[in-house]
This record gives sequence, C-alpha cells and structure tokens, in this order.
Amino acid sequence: MNFEKVKAIIPSITKGSTEDSVIINLGPSHPATHGTIQIIAELEGETIKRTDIHCGYLHRGFEKEAEAHTWHGVIPYTDRLNYCSGLINNFAYADTVETLIGLQITPRCLYLRTLLSEYSRLADHLTCVAAILMELGAMTAFLYLITIRDYIYEHLNHLTGARLTYSYVRIGGVANDLPEGWLIRLEEILQFYENYVEKVHKLVDRNRIFIDRTRNTGVLSTTDALHWGFTGPILRSTGAKHDLRKDNPYLAYADLDFEVPTGIKGDNYDRYYVRMREMDESVHMIRQCAKKLPSGPINLEGHKYMLPPKELVYKEIESLINHFKIIMEGPIVPSGDCYRAHEGANGELGFYIVSDGSGVPYKIHVRAPSFIHVGGAHIMLQGGQLADVVPTFGSLNMIGGECDR
Amino acid sequence: MDFELFKAIKKELINEVTESRLTHGILELKMSAENFFGVVSKLKTSFDFNLLLDLTAIDYLKQKEERFDVIYHLYSTLHLVRVRLKISLSEENAKITTLTTLYGSANFMERECHEMYGIDFVGNDDLRPILLYNGFEGYPLRKDYPIEKEQPLVPYIK
Repeated sequence: MNFEKVKAIIPSITKGSTEDSVIINLGPSHPATHGTIQIIAELEGETIKRTDIHCGYLHRGFEKEAEAHTWHGVIPYTDRLNYCSGLINNFAYADTVETLIGLQITPRCLYLRTLLSEYSRLADHLTCVAAILMELGAMTAFLYLITIRDYIYEHLNHLTGARLTYSYVRIGGVANDLPEGWLIRLEEILQFYENYVEKVHKLVDRNRIFIDRTRNTGVLSTTDALHWGFTGPILRSTGAKHDLRKDNPYLAYADLDFEVPTGIKGDNYDRYYVRMREMDESVHMIRQCAKKLPSGPINLEGHKYMLPPKELVYKEIESLINHFKIIMEGPIVPSGDCYRAHEGANGELGFYIVSDGSGVPYKIHVRAPSFIHVGGAHIMLQGGQLADVVPTFGSLNMIGGECDR
Repeated sequence: MDFELFKAIKKELINEVTESRLTHGILELKMSAENFFGVVSKLKTSFDFNLLLDLTAIDYLKQKEERFDVIYHLYSTLHLVRVRLKISLSEENAKITTLTTLYGSANFMERECHEMYGIDFVGNDDLRPILLYNGFEGYPLRKDYPIEKEQPLVPYIK
C-alpha cells in the first residue's frame, strides 16, 4: 500500500509522519498478536515511533444483550468476558446484583467464592505466563504451565460441569456444593503446581535469552500507569502496591493472610515475575480458604432470588410457580444503581448496573481492565523495538472477550 | 470508609454540586455539564483522585426530562475511595468536556461512549469508532436502537 492510500484510511497515524518512516500493520490476525488486535506502527529503522491500536474485533454487544435478559440470564454472558478466569467475572457480577438487592450470602458461599476466585486467578496467570514464554520460544516451560492449567480446568469441570464457561454462580449463592473428594484433589493439584513452577523458575528466571528479551522492554512508570488507567498486576509491576483485595477487601479477603508482590521498574520481566509471585500467593490463599471453609448451607433460603431444587419443581406447585417467575420474569431487583469492583486477574473488574425495579437489567456496564490497558498500550510500545511488541503484548495479557465485550 | 474526606469534598464543591449522596460506599455527586470539568480538576489536584476508572452513560429515553446521564467513576489510590459523577444531558445538547487533558485513559472510554450513545466529548479530536467500525449506522446502546437491527454492508477498501 502506498503512503497516500494509508493516509486516506488512517489519518491519525499519518498525521505528522514523513515519507521516510515506514508504516506497518500487525494483525488483527497474526500469530504473535496474542488475540485479535490490530497494531498499526510507524517505524524508523526497527524502532517504533508511534502506534495506533485497534480493538473491537470480538465485539458481541454484551451490554446490549444484557438488557434483553433477566438478571439470571446475564450470568452465562459474563463467563465469556475474561474466558481465562470466568469464575471471577461470575462472582463480580453476582456480588454487584446482591449488593443492590442487599443480600448477604452465607459464610460457606463467601469462602467458596474466595477460594474459586483465587483458583481462577491461578489458571489465568498460568495462561498468561505460558503464552509469554511460548511466544519467546520457551516451549518446555509453556508445556509445564499449561499442564497445570489443564489439571485445574478438569478439576473445575468436575465442580461446575464446564472447563471454561462455568456459569456457576447464582444470585444468592452458587449452583451446587463441592462434590466429594474435591478438596483432596485440590491439594494434589496445588502440589503439582509447586513442583512444576519450581522447574519453570529454574528454566526461565536466570535465562540469558529471556532476560535479554524482557528486561528494560515495555517499561512503564507508576505515574504513566495511573494516568493511562492501568490496574492489577501491570500497575503492581511498576512498584505501586495497589490491590483491591487489600485496599477495599471484598468476599473473605479481609480474613486471609497474603502479600501483595510488586515489581521494581515495570518492564516485561517485572510483569512476568509479579504474576509468578501472585500465583504463589493465590495458592497460599486457596489453602487457607480450604482449611477455613465453614460448614452449613451454601445458598440462601427462600426462592425469591434462588431457583428452587429441580425435584421440587416437578413435585409441588409453589416451587413450580417460583421457578416460572424467576425464569420468565427474573428476580426483582430494587431500582437504583450500584458499582462493585473485584480484583480480576488483569486488574479492576467493575460492574455498574442500573435497575428500574424489574427482573430485567436497565443497563449493565463492565469496566473491563483489558480495554483500558489496550488504550494505554502505546505508551509501552513507543520507543521500543518492533520485536518487543511480542513480549510486551504478551505481558499485557489482553483478553479479547473482555476487551471487546 | 473515609467519611471525613467525603465531608471535605462536599464542603469544597458546595457551589458546583447540585446533589450528593453516599451509596454502597461510593460518594455520588451530581452537577451540570458546565461545572463538570472544574469539579474533576479539583478532585484530581486537591483530593488525589488519580485514576479514572470508568465512563459510561445511561439512556432514559422518555422517562426523564433530560435523556442522558453520563457516569464517571474516579478512584483515589491514596485514600482508597471511589467517587461517582453524574451529569444529565439533553438529547439536543449531548455535549460534555473531554477529560483527555487530565487522564489519558479517558480517550478510549470516550471513544466507546461516543459510538455507543452518540455523546460528544468536546475537545477530544480522536472520536473514531473503537469497538464498532467506520460505517456503523446509529448508536447501539441507545434505548431506541432495536436489538435485532441489521447493519448495511460497508464497502471494502483495497
């Protein structure tokens, strides 16, 4: 494509550029882009002068679709936001609706949700670190990490009936209690994790190639990170100790003992290391939750919000009516609005919901960390080499489902 | 929850803010579009609200006199509290000052809000579609946009 044509299609990138610079296009379908995203970069030699990032290739109208479903009907859609850690989305959404209604979930459910949130975070970070390593050519470490992730997915499949799109949460509880032997297998997997992650640390941490590719590439300062709205592991890698689990504790995090790992200078190596350390903290928290998991009911009583058990729906008229009302009209949420944020695997995952007092949401908005991160990604890419796009974008962990909604 | 801080904010912004309430741990402030930028500048400089979390709008169609509410969520990493700003805009004058001069993250969010609701962010010269594409007709998150509406084919540029 010649320069004049590029100018006509993408005026923003060509504004101020000269005939000497080369404009190249990466994506939206490129093996190294780690998701459907388009990066238009202006190069001088191999140095990136400017980038223009386009997302939205996976836009499926989540927010519009949510307005056509009942409060319960939205749950399967939330799975598909960050599909590497669907349970965190589930719980954040349910927590927002419960806060607006004023429901207090049972202590067992609280601890179970905390445990599963951390378990999902573990799976998400494993995916992210594995992808960075694979894109840099470290196939062995990738296979080690993906093996554990697969154990986790199979294990969650045992609990929820799905490997990725769990739809496990219900407003006022969860779909079902833990199956027998689930916690025993959990401990087995955590030991597998420790075993394999030790190997990954040995393979990668002091590896010359890995350090050369990641140290001092994609550097981000704390000021820039806050200015561009970064949260989660990326903000923490710059040295800022901000974690919603500590700062505004939700679920059972106030009762747990854990550390907030931070980086030194916010480059790709720090982002890798912060994620590795966070996984260790997650494992520590999972063990605490499993130990403290209270006995008692998992769901709230009454069927104003919760679906009645299926056997009863077939046997008694009251349950049949409850079931019908909740499915057809949706649980009645009082009018008002509410914003709740959970610490997602990528950063602050917020839901802003508006109800007009009916069983169908008036509006649901997701504060998706990936979308905001993509909006600030050019800061990390500018001034770097073209080859640095790969590790930088890997450590950004942009998840298309969440970014494009 | 930092009630002292909320009191100080309310006192400082008494002239600009028309309504305020504490809801689910978030201080909600309502103001007019003219005062909006001044309020955000004050919140950023005097009260350390250094993170623009979220920006969206609500379309009330005919339920309210002024059709749109633009919603901002700000967070302070120092005080660990959130503030919500609500600005009502009429359909004819759906314009508000951009925040890109204060927060870089506003750019993508304003682009999204612009394409979804058709709200104009004055001063932001990069309001290209972000989740949608050039040639998309209408504003999909407005309540009068039917969910099953089909879009025309856009020509392919070689």
